[in-house]
Amino acid sequence: MTTEEIDVVAKQETTPAPPAKKPGPTGGRNTEGGVLNVFSHGILVVWGLMVGVPLLWVLWSAFKDSNGILTDPWGLPTSLHWENWSNAWDDANMGQYFINTSIVVGGSVVGTMVLGSMAAYVLARFTFPGNRFIYYLFVAGMSFPVFMLVIPLFFVMRDFPLTSLLASYHGLILVYIAYSLPFTVFFMTSFFRTLPSSVAEAAMIDGASHTRTFFQVMLPMAKPGLISIGIFNFLGQWNQYLLPMVLNQEEDKYVLTQGLAMIALQQGYENDWGALMAGMMIAMLPVLVVYTIFQRQVQSGLTAGAIK
Amino acid sequence: MQHGKYRFIVGFLALPLIIYGIFVISPFIQAFQISLTDWSGLVGSSKFVGLDNFERLWDSDDFWNALRHNVYMLALVPVVTLGMGLFFAFMLNVGGKQKKNEVVTGVTGSKIYKFVFFFPQVISITIVAVIWFNIYNPDPNDGMLNSLLGAVGLDNLQNAWLGEKSIALWCISAVMVWGHVGFYVVLFSAAMASIPRDIYEAALLDGANRFHTFFKITLPLLWDTVQTGWVYMGIIALDAFALVQIMSVNMGGPDGATDVMPLRLYQTAFRDSQFGYASAMGIAMLIVTMTFALLTMRFARRERIEY
Repeated sequence: MTTEEIDVVAKQETTPAPPAKKPGPTGGRNTEGGVLNVFSHGILVVWGLMVGVPLLWVLWSAFKDSNGILTDPWGLPTSLHWENWSNAWDDANMGQYFINTSIVVGGSVVGTMVLGSMAAYVLARFTFPGNRFIYYLFVAGMSFPVFMLVIPLFFVMRDFPLTSLLASYHGLILVYIAYSLPFTVFFMTSFFRTLPSSVAEAAMIDGASHTRTFFQVMLPMAKPGLISIGIFNFLGQWNQYLLPMVLNQEEDKYVLTQGLAMIALQQGYENDWGALMAGMMIAMLPVLVVYTIFQRQVQSGLTAGAIK
Repeated sequence: MQHGKYRFIVGFLALPLIIYGIFVISPFIQAFQISLTDWSGLVGSSKFVGLDNFERLWDSDDFWNALRHNVYMLALVPVVTLGMGLFFAFMLNVGGKQKKNEVVTGVTGSKIYKFVFFFPQVISITIVAVIWFNIYNPDPNDGMLNSLLGAVGLDNLQNAWLGEKSIALWCISAVMVWGHVGFYVVLFSAAMASIPRDIYEAALLDGANRFHTFFKITLPLLWDTVQTGWVYMGIIALDAFALVQIMSVNMGGPDGATDVMPLRLYQTAFRDSQFGYASAMGIAMLIVTMTFALLTMRFARRERIEY
């Protein structure tokens, strides 16, 4: 069943008016509720399978040999081919790409959180000339299409004073931070506004400096917001594709998404499909772990991005 | 005290502003500047050509072809994705068995459904593309979709999918829908959960059935969220770069049938080194995106309902 067909079903089921219901005992409504319940679960399970099966397919294919994946795409592995994982890690360089991704994302998530909350704190809690202007300057970044920016950005990086920033960890980290700041500042500014000012004032009266108040009082209070936005940035930066494609064209500095795209595009000729599937699992595992542990925060953090 | 305050403000804002200014704001301004030149990437070799790049763009069949595909997706993908998102969210929130004292209940296990549905949203678009590339594999035995169709006796529905000019674009659009429905289920569920239960109860006691309550109560109360979701999904439909680049035959093929604006821009810049011309495409994309967002905001505006 394709997604369009599901949707046709969905539309047919919602539009026709159900049979007129007699007003009266709640029994009638109970039956309607019961039918609806079965129907709901039916539809929801079908969609769950359409989403879940392709993902499980990656998992079980990561243990099959190439031949098995190609000739019997739906079959379960007959024996567990663990060598796919080492092939992916070593021969297909996924290990190197994993390390590259970890370094870049580790640095940029920390950088984004620190710099983003510093800017947001100042913008949320201090009045000074230019406050509004700087806030809107940051927020405007959310509406720039990245495609329009990548060409000049490429030259900003290439012609950077002293050293080219192309295909370097620190270059990518700086770019990831810059492109994560708009939403982080937007989100954290509204978060800091909701925190009570009495605690900060008490700390100041006790003689704490602004900087100390921020790091020792305000940041710990902002922890729920920091977790949400931290996960949001981690997922976005871990899965980033366009920016590394343009700014990181040296193979030994590739991040996971680039490595996977390259292997996938070459597959027609080389065909170690088992290693490709294991590579996809390697790229997915950190995301899977974070998503499973922080389900609620992931869902609320990502959907908050749509309601800006 | 005052002096300390300003030093603190400057100290905290300086670094974020410098990084943001260099890597986001300055490229934004330079994009306009580069679009007026014939720059090929070599330092000092660019010439000011005025609006030539834009004239060339206007006459370019390739770009119109790519833009047309984005517009097709823009017309289809948000409707289907948001429609399905609303439908599933409604099922999750009111499709439950009745319990005493509660007229409207969610289905049991709604958390599990949301967990699974949302999954494609958190994984990388490259992984999504590689998975679907295999599902659409045209071989009747190797292709997951084709072999499934064969197994249930629907051999006549087997197709070359991404290799078939007439449907390749729709195959890629379907992946976009597949990846984003879960996001809207979660988004709309949250919005529905904030609608007071007694509104539903009153309507149901008055004899309205659940499908009427959807159109008369839920949808109007969710309209703001739907509208934002629409803009967001529209912007995704105007992109489609990674999916097309990884999944399509010959980058935008077969025969240009799946080409999209971002892929055109990427190829023009980083394969053909025509940076001035590609920047003009970037400006065109900005204009298309802004026009779409403004039109949506303008025409979808309704009276806001307070509850």
